[in-house]
Amino acid sequence: MSMLNRFFGKKEKEDLNKGLEKTRESLLGRLSRLVVGKSSVDDDFLDELEAILMSSDVGLETTNKIIERVQQKVSTSKYINASELNELLRGEMVDLLAENNTTDIDFFALPKEVKPYVILVVGVNGVGKTTSIGKLAFQFKEAGFKVVLGAADTFRAAAVDQLKIWSERVSCHFYGKGMNADPAAVAYETVQYAIENGCDIAIIDTAGRLHTKVNLMNELSKIKRSVTKKLATAPNEVILVLDATTGQNAFEQAKHFTEATDVSGLILTKLDGTAKGGVAIGISDQFKIPIRFIGVGEGMYQLQVFRKRDYVDAIFDK
Amino acid sequence: MFQSLSDKLESAFKLLKGENRLTEINIAQSIKEIRRALVAADVNYKIAKEFTDKVKDKALGSENVLKSVSPGQLLVKIVQDELTSLMGGQTEGINLTGNPTIILIAGLQGSGKTTFSGKLAYFLKNKKKKSPLLVACDVYRPAAVQQLTVLGQQINVPVFSDADSKNPVDIALRAIEFAKKEKLDTVIVDTAGRLAIDEEMMKEIAAIKKAIGPQETLFVVDSMTGQDAVNTAEAFNQTLNFDGVVLTKLDGDTRGGAALSIKYQVGKPIKFASNGEKMEALDQFYPDRMAQRILGMGDIVSFVEKAQEQFDEKEAKRIEARIRKNQFDFNDFMGQIQQIKKMGDLKNVMNMIPGMGKMAKDIDINDGAFKKVEAVIQSMTPKERMNPDLINTSRKNRIALGCGQNIADINAFIKQFDQMRKMMQKISKNPSMGMPNMGPAGRARR
Repeated sequence: MSMLNRFFGKKEKEDLNKGLEKTRESLLGRLSRLVVGKSSVDDDFLDELEAILMSSDVGLETTNKIIERVQQKVSTSKYINASELNELLRGEMVDLLAENNTTDIDFFALPKEVKPYVILVVGVNGVGKTTSIGKLAFQFKEAGFKVVLGAADTFRAAAVDQLKIWSERVSCHFYGKGMNADPAAVAYETVQYAIENGCDIAIIDTAGRLHTKVNLMNELSKIKRSVTKKLATAPNEVILVLDATTGQNAFEQAKHFTEATDVSGLILTKLDGTAKGGVAIGISDQFKIPIRFIGVGEGMYQLQVFRKRDYVDAIFDK
Repeated sequence: MFQSLSDKLESAFKLLKGENRLTEINIAQSIKEIRRALVAADVNYKIAKEFTDKVKDKALGSENVLKSVSPGQLLVKIVQDELTSLMGGQTEGINLTGNPTIILIAGLQGSGKTTFSGKLAYFLKNKKKKSPLLVACDVYRPAAVQQLTVLGQQINVPVFSDADSKNPVDIALRAIEFAKKEKLDTVIVDTAGRLAIDEEMMKEIAAIKKAIGPQETLFVVDSMTGQDAVNTAEAFNQTLNFDGVVLTKLDGDTRGGAALSIKYQVGKPIKFASNGEKMEALDQFYPDRMAQRILGMGDIVSFVEKAQEQFDEKEAKRIEARIRKNQFDFNDFMGQIQQIKKMGDLKNVMNMIPGMGKMAKDIDINDGAFKKVEAVIQSMTPKERMNPDLINTSRKNRIALGCGQNIADINAFIKQFDQMRKMMQKISKNPSMGMPNMGPAGRARR
């Protein structure tokens, strides 16, 4: 297993670099243009830096934080060149990511003594919950775990079928009761299924819901409670899936889903194809909830474990 | 976000006491705050900058004729007017002149294409008396075809699909033949989600468009999209030269700045607003409402309008007094509804009532409740309307019969009304609970 990980380590970095290509090109390009013709770090310079960070979806508050720190570190009368600026920002970003006291964990090496390890997956509509679950299941399976997928999205048309097809592709276990079944019951019985069939991991899919719908958020709390009722230690992880192309609303989503289900980790999907890789920095800084996985491409392995250092490197290294 | 913008503007302009003109110097900080607030509402940064530059020019050129309005308030008013005009003046419909009419649906993964396709079919069938055919051309995502098939069954619209074919161009062409044969007059082609940078997939959608020659090509975009909305829309527009935009998931609490960015960038009209998971949750797009939404229904905007309309101020003062004395009754409620009816659903109405903005989110009211509420109140006697506490079980039964709803609905409504009344009273006694700047008249509109 560890050999496998090492083998994929290299590919993983390639994928990450490729996925963040757009972010890197746009950010580095703009930063180097920023310093051209500027003889000192003045207000114009900082305004422009703010613009660059904001356009990368770093978000308002985190941008302000970074700007403040940059201000503290450089004297305003001093000239700064492109590579100095890049290094400075890289340092700030790594620091910011480190500050929320979350350590990167190799998620695919789960504690063996917890069985079944129950993961509840939540999020708004269309962020890629089911697809992420499929890819997670695939990678867990590759890592030698026995996995069951629970189809508690009983609302959206054909969601159960979608998950079932994934389980067939991955050739892992599947538990579902069809459309319109009570999602809390499905969740409960998925855990039961996992126990009875000796599964290591149970991943429960839930219907997409906007965080403003009180009824649906209550339903989600109920799903979580029913999982706990079956197995007191479960769920071991509640994962909120966020779409990287989402703007400031991502912050509201994290807030409300955490209120309803105590979100313990995040998956950030669709990072490829946008120049907005900065969103991971902002989210990581604001939420104090660790990002567990990031989606940097459509392939199975392109949903990868989030490693802060690698991530920042991928943004800044040519 | 924008609530705090109001505060920031106010404090920025406190320095200007005694002055009532906007100048280059005193406006600079405020312009920056507006720009930040727009970005916080997901308007693209570059566009926000161009926009605020324009606002600045307008503001410097304007004379403050309204003595009762502070420069800060005037500025926000200018922002709103500019925003509204930018969003486009009127609602635009779709071209249904083809025989059959072909509508192509495109967008990113997870933007809501399939759900929208279903809603559009439902809309055309019920509102436009068309006989639509849904075509499942997403041959990639697992169960995408089933999803459309299930939706088709729900709304009783035929769905054309071919599980064995992996060629969306071919499927679409055969679907059109099928529609002609079956005398179906509108063909809605749902396609796979794709990234703008995925060249192969973009070629595919271009090929589909070329082959079927649609009357309408609609670009579906998630209203929660951030800074990247501009690039995505631009890329799709270059490939497809689409005719209109569909904004989805507007039933959330996103400010929807992406709408502004897209309109500004590609200049194509936003034709539909999709706001819920039910098949009927589809609206024509109203630019002025969107402008207000991006602004976060700014308190100051209403405040400016109050200054222009004395009558509303009186009315609102009266209402506030009644709230404080716990005399707010169904007549007042009805009055508020009528005043703000154009604004949208019941949640929006509550947003207009002093201090209710934040709380409206926590009380769950479904979108269709608006008409029902009016019917309930209209089925009450004048005495009941003036005296909500009078309503007992037998009266509830009569009201239920009168408005054609069941007793549970009436109970739920009256319970909600009581909740609301209690909360309003609490807030009017303790203003710190509500929103800042909750001048009672602030919510009285036109």
